[in-house]
Amino acid sequence: MSKYWDFTGIKEWNWREHPLGGVIPEAGTTDRYVTGGWRSLRPVLDLDKCIHCHFCFIFCPDSSIVVVEEKMTGFNLQHCKGCGICAEECPKSAITMISEAEAQELEKCLLAAGGKGETREEKGA
Amino acid sequence: MPKTVALVGTDAVAEAMRQINPDVVPAYPITPQTAIVESYAEMVANGLVDSEMINVESEHSAMSAAIGAAAAGARVITATSSQGLALMWEMLYIASGMRLPIVMANVNRSLSAPINIHCDHSDSMGARDSGWIQLFSENAQETYDNMLQAVRIAEHPDVLLPVMVLLDGFIISHSVDRLELLDDDPVKKFIGEWTPRLPLLDAQEPPCWGAFDGLGGYFFEFKRAQIEGMRKAADAVRQVAAEFAEISGRRYDFFESHRMEDAELAVVALGSAAGTIRTVVDRMRAEGVPVGLIKLRMFRPFPVQELVAALSKVRGVGIFDRSETFAGELGGPVFVETRASFYEEPKKPLMHNFVYGLGGRDLPQDLIRQAILTLDGYVQKGTQDKTVTYLGLRD
Repeated sequence: MSKYWDFTGIKEWNWREHPLGGVIPEAGTTDRYVTGGWRSLRPVLDLDKCIHCHFCFIFCPDSSIVVVEEKMTGFNLQHCKGCGICAEECPKSAITMISEAEAQELEKCLLAAGGKGETREEKGA
Repeated sequence: MPKTVALVGTDAVAEAMRQINPDVVPAYPITPQTAIVESYAEMVANGLVDSEMINVESEHSAMSAAIGAAAAGARVITATSSQGLALMWEMLYIASGMRLPIVMANVNRSLSAPINIHCDHSDSMGARDSGWIQLFSENAQETYDNMLQAVRIAEHPDVLLPVMVLLDGFIISHSVDRLELLDDDPVKKFIGEWTPRLPLLDAQEPPCWGAFDGLGGYFFEFKRAQIEGMRKAADAVRQVAAEFAEISGRRYDFFESHRMEDAELAVVALGSAAGTIRTVVDRMRAEGVPVGLIKLRMFRPFPVQELVAALSKVRGVGIFDRSETFAGELGGPVFVETRASFYEEPKKPLMHNFVYGLGGRDLPQDLIRQAILTLDGYVQKGTQDKTVTYLGLRD
């Protein structure tokens, strides 16, 4: 197993404290790196239309399709950049791209109303 | 017993590589590549070494493969020349930025256009800011010795930077020269085993190489650490040279001083030209001209303080450059850097730049004599009407 790289306080590190040559003593750390932040469109899945063909899973360039027990369940919004390839490739038009800004507003309203709206973090985890 | 042999410079490099026996040698096999990898391929085919030799489709790929292999944990050596080095350009910075101790022999040849295959230093001078340590050689012996020392310098724990060993195209690379080869055993002991730092192929604890430095960015900090490695390289060069003297009896430093003790005029030069200049210096000394020679071996890092100390007592310095910076009166790179080294000094000698040998133009003794006399004239007058002379140019 790879060891966990402790980078607490990295923003304050001086040049002597960074690992030599930028070599991180841990693999797969991008898993913890939010790359979905520049998304302007968000994919939304209509489960009633989905036939779990996994076209979206195959085409997604950011490995952001969450599949549980061979069933398409949604999107990892931590890494989804909103490119829309999944919606384009879906043979059943089960994926719709909606405005990210509107989606975030809607989430706020739902949270304020005490609704069960999933936050981005929860979905991405 | 060390044996004296006659070899072309490229075979001197191949012999050093045979004794080092690197894990991986990625190389582009045809022009502008030289016979270094051809000779080495024969050694691999004959089972003299265990190296994995990778024939790649370009010099860019050669350096890419060298980087990959070095990150994986291998000891890597490659060779190139001229346009090949130019094609490696972006990968040179990646090798040094990732602190990979790759060793590369570069046969110094000009860069087109016009197309020209002969010696000058344009190729490696273009890479002088790429973060590679650069060691120049005067002849086949120094090329062989530099190759062996380069591995130890690159892998020094305080350094961890790639090293370029430079030999003049044709003059050293393709000319048969007398040199002494050390026995395999003392060389193997001197080179030692390479214990890689966080090898990529460690399946138990895999690291991550070549990561994005973040939008917040730590690039500046990494570059500062790299500068530190380059600063410490100077100490490593001396330390390794001292150890090398023990097995070879040959002493190396940042530069060689010849008849500098009481010199009033000095010549600074790199590479094979230093041999001819030494002869001219000796002849002019016999005629009573108080001239000496500084032969620069280490160009990166640049030995600022040591060079200033060595030149501080002379009245005039003639700096020989076999490449151009195209900065006009600033002259060639050795001139630019030697003059810059003196900026903080209250007392500076008169310095004049002699740009020579571009595209392999010959540097005969009478041209060197003419240069030293020109320098002497400026020193006598106490002033110079220009800073750069193009030596041997049809003007």
